[in-house]
Amino acid sequence: MIVGRRNNPESIRIEGDHKTAIETGRNRLMVAGALFSAAFLLIGVRVIDVSIFRSDSEPRYTRGVTKHEKNVGRADITDRNGVLLATSLNTASLYANPRLVLDPEQAAMKLSIVLPDIDVKAIEKKLRSDRGFVWLRRHLTPRQQYAVNRLGIPALNFQREARRMYPLGPLASHVLGYTDIDNRGLSGVERYFDKELRTRQRNLSLAIDIRAQHVLEQELGAAMKKFFAIGAAGLIMDVNTGEIVAMSSLPGFDPNHPGAIAEELRFNRTTLGVYEMGSTFKIFTTAMALDAGTVTLGGGYDATNPIRIARFVIRDYHAKKRWLSVPEIFMYSSNIGTVKMALDVGIAGHRKFLSDLGMMKPVLIELSETGAPLSPNRWREINTMTISFGHGLAVSPLHLVAGVSAIVNGGIYRSPTLIKRDTNTPGPGKRIISLETSLKMRRLMRLVVDKGTGQKAAAPGFLVGGKTGTAEKVSGRGYHRKALISSFVAAFPMNKPRYVVLAMLDEAKGTEETFGYATGGWVAAPVVGAVVRRIAPVLGLRPVKADEASREILAIEVPKKSDRERRVAAH
Amino acid sequence: MTIFARSDTSILGRWWWTVDRWTLTAVCALIAFGIIMALAASPSVAERVGFDYFYFARRQLIYLPIALAFMLGASLLSPAGVLRAATLFLAIFTLLVIATFLFGTEIKGARRWITLGPLSAQPSEFLKPAFAVFAAWLFAAARNGSLTHGNLISMAAYGFLVALLLMQPDVGMAVLISAVWACQFFLAGLPLYWAALLGVLGIGGLIVAYLILPHVASRIDRFLDPSSGDSYQVDRSLEAFLNGGWFGRGPGEGTVKEVLPDAHSDFVFAVAGEEFGLFVCLVIVCLFAFVVLRGFAKALQETDLFVLLATSGLIVQFGLQALINMGSTLRLMPTKGMTLPFVSYGGSSLIAMGLCIGFLLALTRRRIGAETVQ
Repeated sequence: MIVGRRNNPESIRIEGDHKTAIETGRNRLMVAGALFSAAFLLIGVRVIDVSIFRSDSEPRYTRGVTKHEKNVGRADITDRNGVLLATSLNTASLYANPRLVLDPEQAAMKLSIVLPDIDVKAIEKKLRSDRGFVWLRRHLTPRQQYAVNRLGIPALNFQREARRMYPLGPLASHVLGYTDIDNRGLSGVERYFDKELRTRQRNLSLAIDIRAQHVLEQELGAAMKKFFAIGAAGLIMDVNTGEIVAMSSLPGFDPNHPGAIAEELRFNRTTLGVYEMGSTFKIFTTAMALDAGTVTLGGGYDATNPIRIARFVIRDYHAKKRWLSVPEIFMYSSNIGTVKMALDVGIAGHRKFLSDLGMMKPVLIELSETGAPLSPNRWREINTMTISFGHGLAVSPLHLVAGVSAIVNGGIYRSPTLIKRDTNTPGPGKRIISLETSLKMRRLMRLVVDKGTGQKAAAPGFLVGGKTGTAEKVSGRGYHRKALISSFVAAFPMNKPRYVVLAMLDEAKGTEETFGYATGGWVAAPVVGAVVRRIAPVLGLRPVKADEASREILAIEVPKKSDRERRVAAH
Repeated sequence: MTIFARSDTSILGRWWWTVDRWTLTAVCALIAFGIIMALAASPSVAERVGFDYFYFARRQLIYLPIALAFMLGASLLSPAGVLRAATLFLAIFTLLVIATFLFGTEIKGARRWITLGPLSAQPSEFLKPAFAVFAAWLFAAARNGSLTHGNLISMAAYGFLVALLLMQPDVGMAVLISAVWACQFFLAGLPLYWAALLGVLGIGGLIVAYLILPHVASRIDRFLDPSSGDSYQVDRSLEAFLNGGWFGRGPGEGTVKEVLPDAHSDFVFAVAGEEFGLFVCLVIVCLFAFVVLRGFAKALQETDLFVLLATSGLIVQFGLQALINMGSTLRLMPTKGMTLPFVSYGGSSLIAMGLCIGFLLALTRRRIGAETVQ
C-alpha cells in the first residue's frame, strides 16, 4: 500500500511535507523525552535523598511536653544554681474494686508474678474484702503498669499520681527531708514549706550550693569512716547574707525511699541535736571580753594553777603553768585564762551576750527540726565559768555557726536561712560587737590556724582562721572521757571573711596516725582544711599570695610576759 | 500468553496481538499498587473525616472496574475512533464544566464538581485527555494543510478551556492543560522563535497567577521560604520518607497518614514511602518513567503526525501529573494538589486516567500504515 502511494505523483509532495513535519516532531520528541528522563531521575534521586540522607541535617519533628502533661502537684526544689533537688513525676497507682473481682486467689497469684515483691496473702485478703476501693500498689513504673494491664484482670484500675523524686539521692537529705506516699512533707524543707510547695507553681530555690554540699558530705563521711565516729555534722554559712550554703548531718538517708529510713538516720545533728560544743565557745568569751574592754589583746591572765570551785577542778589541756596573754590563751585554748576573762565581764554580761547571739532559744531557720538549747535553770558563777569554755550550755551546731558568723563578719548577727536571697547585699541584723573587736577576733582565729591547735585546717591562699573544740559527752551524771564531740569552726578568707565552715564529729576515735588523739584539732580541722581547699575555687574565691601585705593585715603581737613581769625584768 | 490464538482475527484477538503489552503491564502494576495504597492510606483519612473505615477504599474499588472499562474500551478504538471519541467527550465535558458554574458543588472554595444523586464527578478531569487528542488533530491537520487556520482554532479552543478552568478556579488543571497544549504545539513544528515566546507567556501567566491569586502566591512563598508560613504538610511528608528508610515500616504501620489531610490523594506517595520504603518508591518512579519513555519511543516510530502528537500529548499529561505529584510530595516544587495517576484516591481522576491510557494504548497499537486519520 505504501508502494502504491509512492506511485501517486499527487501524494508525493504531501508525503514530502508530511515527512519533514514528522522529522521535526521526532527531533523535538527526543528533547521532550530527555527532559522527562531528567525529571524522573531527579525524582528518584530526591526519594533516596529524603529517605536515607536527611537524618542529620534536618531536625525531626518532636512533640513538646505540654503544660498539661507536666501538671504534677508539688513544686520542684532546686539549689541556688538551679540544680534540681526534688521533683515530682507522674506515676500510675494500682487499685481494685474488690466487689468486681471474680477470683481473688487467682488475681493475687497473677499479680505476684508481675509484682514479685507484693505480699500475696495480704493482696488476696484485700481483694476478698467487701469494700469498693483498695489500693494494691502505689507508684508503679510504666513497665509494671504494662505488665499488670497484660494480665487482663477485671476490676483492677490505675490512678494517675505524682511521686516525689530526689534525683541526687541522699545528698542534702536532711535539708530536703522527704514526703509520705500522699506527697505530704514529713521533714526538712518539704515539711516546712509543705503548703507553699503544694500550691505555688514556682520552684523553691534553696540557698544550698549542691557542689559545696557534696564536698562537705564527702569529706565529713571520709573522716567519719576514718575515725570510727558514730555521726558527723557540717555547715557552711555565708557570713554576710546568712545563707546556709551547705548543711550536712551524717549518716544521711535516701529520701526516695522514705519507708526504709531508720529512725536514727532521721536525726538532724546540725539543727535538732544540741551539744556542749567545748572550746569553740572561747571565741564568744574572748570577743565578749575584748568588746567589754575588761582586757586588751596585750593583756592576759595567770594560768599557773588550776581553778577549784565546788567539786570541780578546771585545768588546762595544754597547760603552760604561767601567765598567758590573750592571744596565748586563745591559741593554746587555755580554760583557766578564759574562765578568768569571763568572770571579769560578769555573770549578767555573759548571759546577755550569749542571749544576744541567739544561744538561749532555738535558731530561726526554715526547718521544723530545730532543737532548743539546754541552758542552766539558774545562772550562777559556776555556770559562767564552765560555759566560758563551752560546757554547761548545749546548743546546736547551727547556733555555733550563726554566732561565729556574727563575730567575724564585722559584729552583726543575722539569722541563718536555707532560702536563696535575691540580693548579695547584707540583710538587716543585730550588732553584737564592734567592728574593731571583730577585726581582733579575725586575727586571733587566724593565729590558731597559723601557729596554734588548728594548723591542720590550713588551706594555702585562703587564709583560714578558726578554733578547735573538744568536749566530753554528758553520760549520766558526769562526763564520758572517751565519748567526744570533736569540732572545728572556721572562717575564710580571714582578711575579709565570706564563709564560716564547721566540721563536727560525734564520738570519733583516735588512730595511730593521730597518736590516739581524737580532739578537734586532729580529726575535725583536717576536714575543714580539705573542704575549704576544694570549695573556695568553686565558690569563686581567688587564693591570696602569702606576701607581706596580707600578713600585715592579720599580724598579731603575742606577748609572752605581762607588763609587770617585763618591768621587773627590765630593772 | 496464549489467551488468543495468533490467527484469531476477532476484535479482541487483534487487540491482544497489536496492543503494547509492556505499557499495559506497567499500568496494571500501577493499578495494583493503587489498590494497596487505597487500603493502606485511605482508612485513617476516612476515619478522621467521620466516614466508616473503608469508605474511600470501597469507593475506589467501585470506580476501578469503570476505569478499566474505559481504558480497555478506548484501547480497542482505531486512531480515527480515538479522535471521534475524544471530540465527543470534549463537547460533553466542556458543557459539563460550564454546568458546574450553574449547579456545581462548591468544595474548598472552588466549583469543580457536579453532583447527580449519589454520584459526583469532576468533569474537568476528562477534558485533559480529550483535549490532548483534539488539539493533536488540529495541529496535524494544520500542518498537513487539510485544515486552514488549524493552529488558530486550536488556540481559540485552548483559550476558551483555560478561561473556563481559571474561572472555577482550577489553576492546577489549567497549568497542566497549558503545558500539554504547548508541548504539542512545539512538537507540531512551532518555529523556535514562537516556542520561546510561548515559554515566556507561560512564565508570565504563572507570575500573573502569583500576583492575582492569593492561595497560589502563598504556596509559592512557602516553597521558596519554608519558614515564612505553615509548611506542616510537606514537613510531615518528608518525615514520612525518613521514617520509612530503605524498606519502610511495613503496611499499615505508617503514622503520617494520621496527620496529613490528603494522605490518600495528594500525599499518597509519602504514605508509600513510610510504609513500603525507598525501594518500592523507586519501583513506582521507574514504572511511571517506563510508561512515559516507552510512550515516547513508540511515538518516535510513528509515521502519522496526528498519532505522534496525540500520543505525545497523552504521555506528557500522564507524566507531568506524576512528576508534579511526586515533586510536591518531595518538596521539589510548590505543593500543588494533583493526583498520582492510578495510585491516588479519586474516582474522576481514576476514570479519566483510564481513558487517557486507553487512548494511548489505542494510538500505539501496531498498525499497518494505511490506518491513518487523514
